[in-house]
Amino acid sequence: MSEIKKSAAVIIVGGGVTGLSAAWWLARDGVDVLVIDKGIVGWEASGRNGGGCTHYQSPLFHEEQRLWPQMDELLGYPTEYRRERVIMALTEAQLSQYKDHGDICAGMGYHYEVLDQKQTRELVPLAGDNVVGAVHYHFGGQANPQRTVQAYAWALQDLGGRILQHTAVSSLILEGDKIRGVETSLGRFDCDHLVLAAGPQSGALLAGIGITLPVAPARAEMIVTEPLPLMKIGGVDGNGLYGRQTLRGNLAYGGGPHEWLADTPAAGGPISRPATQLLQNLSKRLVELFPKAAHVRVIRSWAGIIENTPDGRPVIDRLSDPGNLTVCTMSSVGFGLSPATGHAIRDLVVDGTCSFAEIGKLGLGRFANLPRDWRVRQGWVPPAIPDYESAKA
Amino acid sequence: MEDESNPTDLHAIGEKHIRAAEEAEILVIGAGEAGIAAALTAARAGAKVTLVDENPVGAGLIGMDVPLLYGNRWTAAVQNQGRMLEQVLAASPGLEEAFELGVDVRLGTYAWGAFVAGPNLRSLPEPVVGLADETRSWLMGFRRLIIAAGARDLVLSFKGFEIPGVVGALGMASLIRTYAAFNGTNIVILGSGDLAVATATMALDAGLSVAAMVEVRDAPQADVSALVARGVALITGHTILEAAGTAEGVSAALLAPIGGGAPQRIACDTICLAIGAVPVIDLADVAGAKMTRENGAFVPAKLPAGVFLAGDCAGLGQDAALSGRVAAASALASLGYTAETPPERETSTPLAEDTDAYRMDWMRALMATGGADVMACSCEEVSRRDLLEVQPPRYLQAPTEKHNSLASLETDGPVNQDQIKRLTRACMGPCQARRCREQVAMIMAIGTDRPLAAIALAGYRAPVRPLPLGVLAAAEECQEMVEGWNVWFGIRTQWIPYDDIGTEREIERAGRMAHF
Repeated sequence: MSEIKKSAAVIIVGGGVTGLSAAWWLARDGVDVLVIDKGIVGWEASGRNGGGCTHYQSPLFHEEQRLWPQMDELLGYPTEYRRERVIMALTEAQLSQYKDHGDICAGMGYHYEVLDQKQTRELVPLAGDNVVGAVHYHFGGQANPQRTVQAYAWALQDLGGRILQHTAVSSLILEGDKIRGVETSLGRFDCDHLVLAAGPQSGALLAGIGITLPVAPARAEMIVTEPLPLMKIGGVDGNGLYGRQTLRGNLAYGGGPHEWLADTPAAGGPISRPATQLLQNLSKRLVELFPKAAHVRVIRSWAGIIENTPDGRPVIDRLSDPGNLTVCTMSSVGFGLSPATGHAIRDLVVDGTCSFAEIGKLGLGRFANLPRDWRVRQGWVPPAIPDYESAKA
Repeated sequence: MEDESNPTDLHAIGEKHIRAAEEAEILVIGAGEAGIAAALTAARAGAKVTLVDENPVGAGLIGMDVPLLYGNRWTAAVQNQGRMLEQVLAASPGLEEAFELGVDVRLGTYAWGAFVAGPNLRSLPEPVVGLADETRSWLMGFRRLIIAAGARDLVLSFKGFEIPGVVGALGMASLIRTYAAFNGTNIVILGSGDLAVATATMALDAGLSVAAMVEVRDAPQADVSALVARGVALITGHTILEAAGTAEGVSAALLAPIGGGAPQRIACDTICLAIGAVPVIDLADVAGAKMTRENGAFVPAKLPAGVFLAGDCAGLGQDAALSGRVAAASALASLGYTAETPPERETSTPLAEDTDAYRMDWMRALMATGGADVMACSCEEVSRRDLLEVQPPRYLQAPTEKHNSLASLETDGPVNQDQIKRLTRACMGPCQARRCREQVAMIMAIGTDRPLAAIALAGYRAPVRPLPLGVLAAAEECQEMVEGWNVWFGIRTQWIPYDDIGTEREIERAGRMAHF
């Protein structure tokens, strides 16, 4: 193996969308950046999500909306980004809720309209006579997570940034009041600034230097059908599902119950087990959403592991002590916001503050008084290990 | 439900999973020789046995080459379910004995998943197999599961591969022997090993013609003397260049000499791939088995508790009936039954040690003679070149001139087949990669100059049969599932607009965010 340079100005732990986007933004500024990942880029939740790019709740929303239409050009590789979204309601209660969200977006200057049944069925050929109506966002959209992750990685490499795959970070090296680097399966790597974007593993890595980042991992599932002719708008969901018709034509949808998992150890990472019979529940809701797709065959399902903070909101924070450590978890909503998140992290690392949005409420300090058993108190605990034999005996 | 001393996440899986609609003490998947032997052994010992088999496979799946490469070489008889069922019963005499012993035999029933709790998957209330017929799906619980899923065809493509009449050895055997619905008459067989010899012999015995047997190496890989004596032409040192014909079907096989030279044309209506077979490990993989590679194939090395394997899906070349009895004996013993002890396995005939090398000889020859523009994945239209160059899928119309080789991708770490699936879409189509999985791995080995055994297994995913949404859709759900369903985690604070955080509107909004 050729000699690996074991230092960088900025090391980013975690080659998911957040880490890769941050690295790409830093490399655009000429920063010497190295991404270290325990496996392959985008292998976990970053490559296995619904691909939605419409997150009104985030302070990064405007930047998300500004950047996505430019990302193919900026990265130089296709992300399969498609604009607009339609959210279909099968009950009046769903429609009322979707309108509520539309109104929040309208309040921020984005245009949406409410469609009646006839308009909805004209726009969405797979819809049936059970649809009540829909909201049509003339903003937002969706992209292909797998392709986007690789686009970030290649764009980063094209700018001279480095990616080290199959290398597990086991601990952060804190000396005095500064992070000096990381210990990995390939030995020590030194840096001036560290960005931690390691998903569920971030909690255990920070615990090693006495900092508490409360995150709870969970697994969630999706299903995919064979391809169908393209609908005019790919980003059609609703009825308790998120997802899209891919540019290839497949219907890719998720939603429904999650399974909380035990805390993730620092090294090694989560073992992702594919789907369960939940795919029957997902199929039921998808065929309700698209009655005219009842004959379409389901060809895959998968599960991803994502982490959540106690309030479900991100942590994007350059800490004060140590001052050269920036921490980011997107709390299970990271893919769509990633162009903007990377920009924010770049700003924190280089300038110490986010230039385009106020993100102070996403600091780690809000969890300072969190009780140690917060997962139990919230009911965010893994199921007991089943004992099939004694249950059946 | 929700109280402070014992809080519950109403949107977590809890006890919402669909439960088994029925229960088997010993559930056997696959009624081939191994599965029948397992079911009979278990039933004789007094166990309550259910035996599930997907045959007769519905015409829709046969048309998609699932589970075998049927290659559009069937008669209209496959659309007559009643007749097909009679054929299956007639072709498997052991089924009659199974009925007599009280085995609950389910034909025409697909097993699309096997779900057993394991690391990071504790929520399953009971081990189940997902079953389906042409109209609905349901779950069957089990105390012990014996998977006897058999083998499928090893598929290598060539020019004209998609024309009707290019079949796999196992697909053709199924059409001839199980369904009596084969509509070919004159066959060219690719390969000359045990599988090819058995396939050619079966075809001749069925009154069909075998025009030629084609071998890429210089000598036959098994004893072909009886076939030659029956008039089969053995053509060594050749590979197939093209299946010539029209959309109506194959009319000839064009064979190319390995060392170069003019191709020869052999008239035929069927070209049968008999270079090898692949253990069907999809169900075991979905159930959480750990895989290992031996004898040219991935096979389960460690199975979840309560799961056993029998026959070809545990590794090719076994004595199927014996391995079925061994699996049943293990399952019975674990349940406390007294079972006969089967003899030691001495009759198994493992594949030749150079199985990988042999298959790679074929692949290299196919690429050397047929070039890089032949489709490797016909569902997603990914050519050999697209794979070697890691090109984005064609629907993007965005060929890349950077990062465009397997070899350069390899500099970032060992190239992984699941990664290649994502980047090129090879293996992502409706046939669930049955027509391309092994071939894509071979091309990856060639492109990265690594041994085939070094290409890691791409994961299998439920449903392991492509079944319609309307069939897989849950018939009913528990009330907890209906009420607890949420599009995401159901964390109310997650969707509050940022500007409202810390204001009075936050509390007001949180109340309305219950069921986004």
